Amino acid sequence: MTVDLTTHAAALALGDDTLVLSHRLGEWAGHAPVLEEELALANIALDLLGQARVLLSMAGDEDELAYLREERAFRNLQLVEQPNGDFAHTVARQLYFSTYQHLLHAELAAGEGPFAPLAAKAVKEVAYHRDHAEQWTLRLGDGTDVSHERMRRACEALWRFTGEMFQPVEGVDVDWAALETAWLASVTDVLGRATLSVPEGPRTGAWAAGAGRQGLHTESFGRMLAEMQHLHRSHPGASW
Amino acid sequence: MNTPAATGAPPQPRSLESAFEDTIARDQRVEPRDWMPDGYRKTLIRQIAQHAHSEIIGMQPEGEWITRAPSLRRKAILFAKVQDEAGHGLYLYSAAETLGADRADLTEWLIEGRQKYSSIFNYPTRTFADVGVIGWFVDGAAICNQVPLCRSSYGPYGRAMVRVCKEESFHQRQGYELLLTMMRGTEEQRAMVQDAVDRWWWPSLMMFGPPDDNSPNSARSMAWRIKRHTNDELRQRFVDMTVPQAEKLGVTLPDPELRWNEERGHHDFGTPDWDELKRVISGDGPCNAERIARRRAAHEEGAWVREAATAHAAKQAARASEGAAA
Repeated sequence: MTVDLTTHAAALALGDDTLVLSHRLGEWAGHAPVLEEELALANIALDLLGQARVLLSMAGDEDELAYLREERAFRNLQLVEQPNGDFAHTVARQLYFSTYQHLLHAELAAGEGPFAPLAAKAVKEVAYHRDHAEQWTLRLGDGTDVSHERMRRACEALWRFTGEMFQPVEGVDVDWAALETAWLASVTDVLGRATLSVPEGPRTGAWAAGAGRQGLHTESFGRMLAEMQHLHRSHPGASW
Repeated sequence: MNTPAATGAPPQPRSLESAFEDTIARDQRVEPRDWMPDGYRKTLIRQIAQHAHSEIIGMQPEGEWITRAPSLRRKAILFAKVQDEAGHGLYLYSAAETLGADRADLTEWLIEGRQKYSSIFNYPTRTFADVGVIGWFVDGAAICNQVPLCRSSYGPYGRAMVRVCKEESFHQRQGYELLLTMMRGTEEQRAMVQDAVDRWWWPSLMMFGPPDDNSPNSARSMAWRIKRHTNDELRQRFVDMTVPQAEKLGVTLPDPELRWNEERGHHDFGTPDWDELKRVISGDGPCNAERIARRRAAHEEGAWVREAATAHAAKQAARASEGAAA
């Protein structure tokens, strides 16, 4: 498949989002609070990895792109690279991202751009991810005092990374402003039903705005890549 | 199972027991509501729970490599496999619950060391080749063990095994395919495979349990048709199945006594280190402490999440009944 440079860059941005979030979810294997969540988190991670493989393959060789780029060449959102933290942080990150991804893919699937075929498949998977995140937001927010407090803190801690999702990505033909409005309405609704309030801080800090998309990442990301890439880089040219 | 129809009279223990014996003798299935001897129930709970625990602890050695898998394809395969294992654990806990066991209790017993899991998962995964060798040997051995269990006398267990075996054989082929790919690769990759084979061969043979003359539960489990073959029979079957696969792969199995015996029509092989097996199953293997500690940590650190889910469900139920009353 030949793709133009703009599509190439856009595929990389969307592909990196899913690759990195999938990796973070993989860190939960064997650590989840109940067996059902071992299944659910691995299931979501596997969906995201599948999306990443399609997107990265649009931009080049999936393994070369995943394993041989340095931190500065990754184009993912800072939100998805945030460490798992406790289960509430993982749920908040999933809520913010899957709501965004669902709205984005619904629009892309309806269009005729290069991402429409992928989006048509992904939108079904992401609807499930979004539902899973919403259900857990409700359970934790409207559960015990402890879980409420943990969920509140998680939502606040990740809030400043949410603005970056709506920085237009060149080559992704959607109405970004409308996407942002819809996202905010949906998240406000879910948080309200979970007896949580929408965090007050800015959604885009002066330091975070558009940074991940430009290859400027938060500190833990380098360590994540070191683990992810180590084996592949130790055996140059080997196939697995 | 045919039990006398309820007539209001107290059930006759003699007839219940003979009906049970009859079901077993006719190779029919015992179902959850059927009468069964206490010993049968207890043996099954122990075996099914330990089988479930093995699936859950078994997620750890391979889960170790999800974040380091060297290609996206292998990473996807590992995710899917670890997910399947969690699913197998769930089937098996459900089967154990049909016997009156409680999953929460079984989990407690696992993390308190009161129930065991397969000895094999106490060995560490040191390189990525271990992932392939686990698929080939460990899933292979599991299949040898589990295929006959599909005909186990207890219905829910047999049916769980049918589903588990289908998925296990898929994993086994994927593991073997990883090793084939690595053996066609670089010198270092081939050495990695041979090293993993050398480390996992004997522990895999030990998965079948102690030799027949030292297997206290075997005779009864066979009489009850919970088990269909002895430990040594299954071990022999595994060796016979694996030797040609090793040849095709181009690796040697680390046993100088291993050779084809024309007379028996089977491979002869050396004796596993039964003292090592004893140590490992009594808690003194290379990773026993880590495996249990990890399970315990996940359980304890997740307590607040489970409590939240319970509290939320209770609130929802209360709201629903308030709504109905209003």
